[in-house]
Amino acid sequence: MKPRSTWVPWGMAAPALILFAVMLVAPLLMTVALSFNAFDADKGPIPGTFTVAHYLHVVQDPYYYEIFWRTLRLSVLVTLICILVGAPEAYILSRMRKPWRSIFLLVILAPLLISVVVRAFGWSMLLGPEGLINDALRFIGVGRVKLLYNETAIVIALVHVMLPFMVIPVWTSLQKLDPWVENAALSLSASHFTTLRRVVLPQVMPGMLSGSLIVFGLSASSFAIPGLLGGRRLKMVATLIYDQYLSELNWPLGAAIALILLAANLIIMLGWNRMIEGRYKKTLG
Amino acid sequence: MSFLRLNHVSKQYGNLHVVRDFSLEVHKGEFVSLLGPSGCGKTTTLQMIAGFADVTQGTIELEGKDITHAKANARGLGIVFQTYALFPHMTARQNVEFGLEMRKVPVAERRERATQALALVHLDEYGDRYPRELSGGQRQRVALARALVIRPPVLLLDEPMSNLDAKLREEMQFELREIQRKVGTTTIMVTHDQAEAMSISDRVVVMEAGRITQVDTPLSVYEHPRNAFISTFVGKTNLLRATVSQGSDGSACARMGPMRLALPADAPASGPVVLALRPEKIFCVAPGAGRCEGQVTERFFLGNLWMYTVRSPLGELLVSAVNDGAAPREVGQAVGLDWQDGNVRVIASQEAAA
Repeated sequence: MKPRSTWVPWGMAAPALILFAVMLVAPLLMTVALSFNAFDADKGPIPGTFTVAHYLHVVQDPYYYEIFWRTLRLSVLVTLICILVGAPEAYILSRMRKPWRSIFLLVILAPLLISVVVRAFGWSMLLGPEGLINDALRFIGVGRVKLLYNETAIVIALVHVMLPFMVIPVWTSLQKLDPWVENAALSLSASHFTTLRRVVLPQVMPGMLSGSLIVFGLSASSFAIPGLLGGRRLKMVATLIYDQYLSELNWPLGAAIALILLAANLIIMLGWNRMIEGRYKKTLG
Repeated sequence: MSFLRLNHVSKQYGNLHVVRDFSLEVHKGEFVSLLGPSGCGKTTTLQMIAGFADVTQGTIELEGKDITHAKANARGLGIVFQTYALFPHMTARQNVEFGLEMRKVPVAERRERATQALALVHLDEYGDRYPRELSGGQRQRVALARALVIRPPVLLLDEPMSNLDAKLREEMQFELREIQRKVGTTTIMVTHDQAEAMSISDRVVVMEAGRITQVDTPLSVYEHPRNAFISTFVGKTNLLRATVSQGSDGSACARMGPMRLALPADAPASGPVVLALRPEKIFCVAPGAGRCEGQVTERFFLGNLWMYTVRSPLGELLVSAVNDGAAPREVGQAVGLDWQDGNVRVIASQEAAA
C-alpha cells in the first residue's frame, strides 16, 4: 500500500505538471537563455554566447524608462479606477433582488465572452475623431476631443476589460458578509455612510486588494489594448517587446525586456500580497 | 404608564399577514418574551420595534413618543442578533466601543464604559481578541455588552441562545436574567424555546400565526393555557375530549366513556370540551388505589424524571414521575392513576374545535 499512496498524488497531478512544465517552465527557461545571447543584425541571435549587454542597454537608455514608467502609471491608474467603479458596482449588485442580481451579474461578465481585439476595435469606433462620442460632443458644442491613440483611450478600454476581475472578488467577499452586521451598526446609531465606511468596507478590503492584484498584473502585461488603441508611438512594455521581436527582430533584447517586466510585476505583486496577508490574516482569516 | 406600547400593529407582505393586530404594553424594567413556533411573526414584530421592518398598520410608542416611522439608527435601542452580527474586523473592545463612538462619547468615558460593560459579561480579559478568536458563548456576551453599553431604553434579543449548545444555553439564561436585573433594562426577547421563555421572563407573549394568543406570567401560561396549542407548545400535556353534563347534585361534570371528572367553575355548562392534564400532575399509585387503572406501555428515562406512556380508560396518557431512586415501573406493569380535580384544565371549547 505504501508505494501506491505516494504514487497516486503524483499521478493525479501529472497532467497539470506536464502542461505547466512544457507550456510555462520550458519557454521561460528558453527566454532566459535567449536574453543572454549576443545579437548580430545580420545573423540574429547567436546561440551559445553569453552577454548582459541587452540588460545594460535597457537600464542605461531613458527611452525604456519612459515606457516602463508609463506602464506602471497606467496600470496603477486602471487599478484605482477599477476599485472606484467595481467596488460600488459589486455592492449594488449584492443588494439587488433575486432575478435582477443574476441578470446583472451576467451583464458584468458578458464582456469576457467577447475577444479583447473585437472590443478594442469597438472602442476605436466609439472614441475615434468621427466616432459616436465626438459626434455627441460636437452636438452639444464642446468640439472635437482627441480620445484615440493616447493614454486616455488605453485607460478607458483597459478599465472596461479589467472590471469583471475587480467585481468578482469584491462580490465574493460581500457574499461572506453577515447580512445582519449592517443592521447592527445602524442599531448603534451609525449613519448609512458610516456603516459602509466602518463596517462594510473593511470587510471587503481583502476582496478589493486581491482584485487589484489581478487587475494590476493583467494591465501591466496587457498587449492588445495598448497595441490597438495606443497607436504606433505610444508604447507600453508589452507592445515594446512585440516590436523588438517582430519589427527589430532583436529577439534577445525583447527577451530581456520581457524578463525585466516579469521581475518588476512579481516584485510589486508579491509585496502587495504580503501586505494584504499581514494585515488581514489575523482579523478576517 | 407603560414604557413601550404597541397599538394594533400589523405587518403585511402583499396579501400575506405576518403580524396581525399586535397590541402589547411593556413596563419599565420588565423582561418580556415573545414565544411561538417559527413563522408565527415574533421575529417580524421584533424587527418592527427595532425599525428594520416597516409597520403596515398601527403605532409603536416608546416613553410616550411615537417611533413607528423613526429610522432604525435614530431609535437607540440595543439589539442582540441571532447571529450576534459582531464586526469581525474589530476587537471585542472596539465592537463594544463602536456605539459610544457613534454617540460621540469622549474617549476617556468610552474606555471606562466599555471596560465596565465587558466586566459585566465577564470578558474583562478578552477585550483585545477578535470575534473569530472567541467561542460562541463569548461572542454572545460581546454582543450583549455591545448592546448594553449604550444604555438603551429597551434591549431586544432575537433568539439569543439558539446558536449555543444545551449546557451553555442554560448557563447563559440565568446569567442573562441576572445581568438584566442588575442593569434594569426593559427587555424583549424572541424565542421558540418555551423553557427559555419560562425560566427568564416576567411575562410571556405566546404568538400563533401572527396573532397574540396569550399574555401572562410564565406560571399562568403553563397552568392556565388559553388553548390546546399553547398547552401542548408550552410543556407536555394530555388532551382529553369529554362531554359536559349535569351531575346528580347539579354541578357540571365531564363524561369520558365510563369516567366522570369534576370540573372547575369556569367550565361551560354543556357540550363537548377538551380537558388538559399535565403529565406531572398524574401520580402512579398501586393498582386499584387511584381513580382509574392503566398499564405502562412505554418508558423513557430523562435523568431527573421517568416519563411513562400509560394505556387507560381515558386513552394513552403521558405520566411523569420524579426519579427518587425507587425502582421505576416496568413496561407492561399495571398501575393505578390518580390526580387532583383542581389540576384538570378546561380548554375553551370553540378553540378546541378548531
